Amino acid sequence: MRASRALGLSPRAAAALGLFLAVMLLLPFLVNAYIVSVLVVVLFAAYFGQSWNIMTGFAGQLSLGHALYVGLGAYTSAALFVHFGLTPWLGMIAGMAVAALAGSAIAALSFRFRVGGVYFALLTIAFAEFTRILFDHFGWVGATEGLFLPVANLAHDDPVRLRGSPVMFYYLLLVLSLAALVLSHSLLDRRVGYYWQAIREDEEAARALGIDVFRYKIAAMALSAAMTALGGTLLAFYDNNLYPDTVFAMGRSIEIIIAPIIGGLGTLFGPIVGAFLLTGLGETMTNLSTYFEISGLKQWFYGAALLAIVALQPSGLWPWLSRALGLWERRR
Amino acid sequence: MSAALLEVRGISKRFRGLQAVDNVSFAVPPGGIVALIGPNGAGKTTTFNLIAGAMVPDGGSIVLDGADITGGRPDQACRAGIGRTFQLVKPFGALSVLQNVMVGAFKATADRVAARRAAWEILERLGLAEKAENPAKTLTLPERKRLETARALATRPKILLLDEVMAGLRPTEIDQMVRAFADLSRETGLAILLTEHVMRAVMALSHHIVVLHHGQKICEGAPEQVARDPQVLECYLGHAQAAERPGA
Ligand SMILES: Nc1ncnc2c1ncn2[C@@H]1O[C@H](COP(=O)(O)OP(=O)(O)OP(=O)(O)O)[C@@H](O)[C@H]1O
Ligand SMILES: [Mg+2]
Repeated sequence: MRASRALGLSPRAAAALGLFLAVMLLLPFLVNAYIVSVLVVVLFAAYFGQSWNIMTGFAGQLSLGHALYVGLGAYTSAALFVHFGLTPWLGMIAGMAVAALAGSAIAALSFRFRVGGVYFALLTIAFAEFTRILFDHFGWVGATEGLFLPVANLAHDDPVRLRGSPVMFYYLLLVLSLAALVLSHSLLDRRVGYYWQAIREDEEAARALGIDVFRYKIAAMALSAAMTALGGTLLAFYDNNLYPDTVFAMGRSIEIIIAPIIGGLGTLFGPIVGAFLLTGLGETMTNLSTYFEISGLKQWFYGAALLAIVALQPSGLWPWLSRALGLWERRR
Repeated sequence: MSAALLEVRGISKRFRGLQAVDNVSFAVPPGGIVALIGPNGAGKTTTFNLIAGAMVPDGGSIVLDGADITGGRPDQACRAGIGRTFQLVKPFGALSVLQNVMVGAFKATADRVAARRAAWEILERLGLAEKAENPAKTLTLPERKRLETARALATRPKILLLDEVMAGLRPTEIDQMVRAFADLSRETGLAILLTEHVMRAVMALSHHIVVLHHGQKICEGAPEQVARDPQVLECYLGHAQAAERPGA
């Protein structure tokens, strides 16, 4: 109950969240390995979306290069593990620090020279692409040949070394996504959250109210990058292999932003709702197109669904869904 | 005038070929209400922008409470004690009216509950309390102007810069606002610098009037005195007469 009050939920919304959590906790016991692997994809999408949402949804700075921070988190922790046997939990912290530094540097560079809006977005793409090419030639982490984590025997899960089954990753990601939810909520409820939203809505007015816009934008970027890198570490130890061209892929940056946009940009639950819908839809379409032997069915339906949602609910599914279910999320 | 709260000394601003503000000086004493008037394009908003740090003056200096704040950033000006409204309103549209004002209140406190309380008080004072939970984008223009004022006031400024916040109000509403500002200044010692085309408000509220024309200060003094000044009459009435007499 305290948790629900801390999240500012109505009793009905708290009950819904509780039910959802209970289902999520039990789900791995009820479904087969395939579904678990799909749910892992859902939770990765949700968590990356939540991380990106802080930068773009809350503070209003469009980043189209978040694959950069996924990659920095993934490569830092994986390389430290492969070369020095460093536990991924420490490698994770190192990766978060590297990503936060990179994010702050990019943001500082852009905002110092008054690069904003779409130009800032272009710059974030440029840095992600530039880093991808850099890693293509970075022999210590395998360059284009890839970096591989030794696959241990999966007799039992080893959370300390992050070696284990998809079910272990499922639970780790579930905790992570919940933690991101609580953190996002608590940030929105504080001065920093109000300031970010003020900056998103009108920078000039924000400045006139005493907000050091430059500092708050950098803080948003650093936090968003660090959170993304944390997910990157889990991704590295889940996939066990890293190639610059997939880890830093432009497509990944795009994928990260679709779930929160479809779910509801700047809302607390939007990234989670969006991740479920999009991943679920994508998987269903893949299966249908295999079943009916129509190639391209997935892309068609996926595209059509995105169009329909954007056209019918431009502010995202969550605001509409929460109203329809009577779980009004107080907008902050 | 060395005891002035705000002292503007010979500030100028040029846009391309246009001298928008030309060597303007005036002062606002602590608790004083000063009006900056003049026809459209006289340079009033530009003067506000210079004082509030939104623009850097080409020359001159701005002193607030003994500290030179010339050329500082807008957020620094705010933290130094300058609260300003925008003539072209800039609400945080997706946030509620209350949240808009809380953003301002967070300058004085990091505590959410305290910020909320302070914001409520201001909304009540300015007659916006019933709209507190509405998104700011749903407000009418006069309400948005009041929201500008509320937000600036929430930063607890030493001096409040009001840029045509009464435009579009009905006479009874103007009288209400005038009373609210007069009370505020009297009770809290807040100094106010305002520009307004609504002469009814200017005459009722201000202790001192500064008149700008083509970026230059052409006259200043007590309201009655300024109202009789031939140069002022010419730049105001001259316009009216010119409009009435085609070919003039
Ligand atoms: N950013 C700018 N760039 C170029 N010219 C500007 C800029 N801002 C104002 N001006 C010009 O400077 C002059 C003074 O404008 P200002 O907005 O200060 O007048 P004002 O006295 O506030 O007028 P109003 O009563 O219409 O609000 C005008 O001619 C205006 O067109
Ligand atoms: Mg003006």
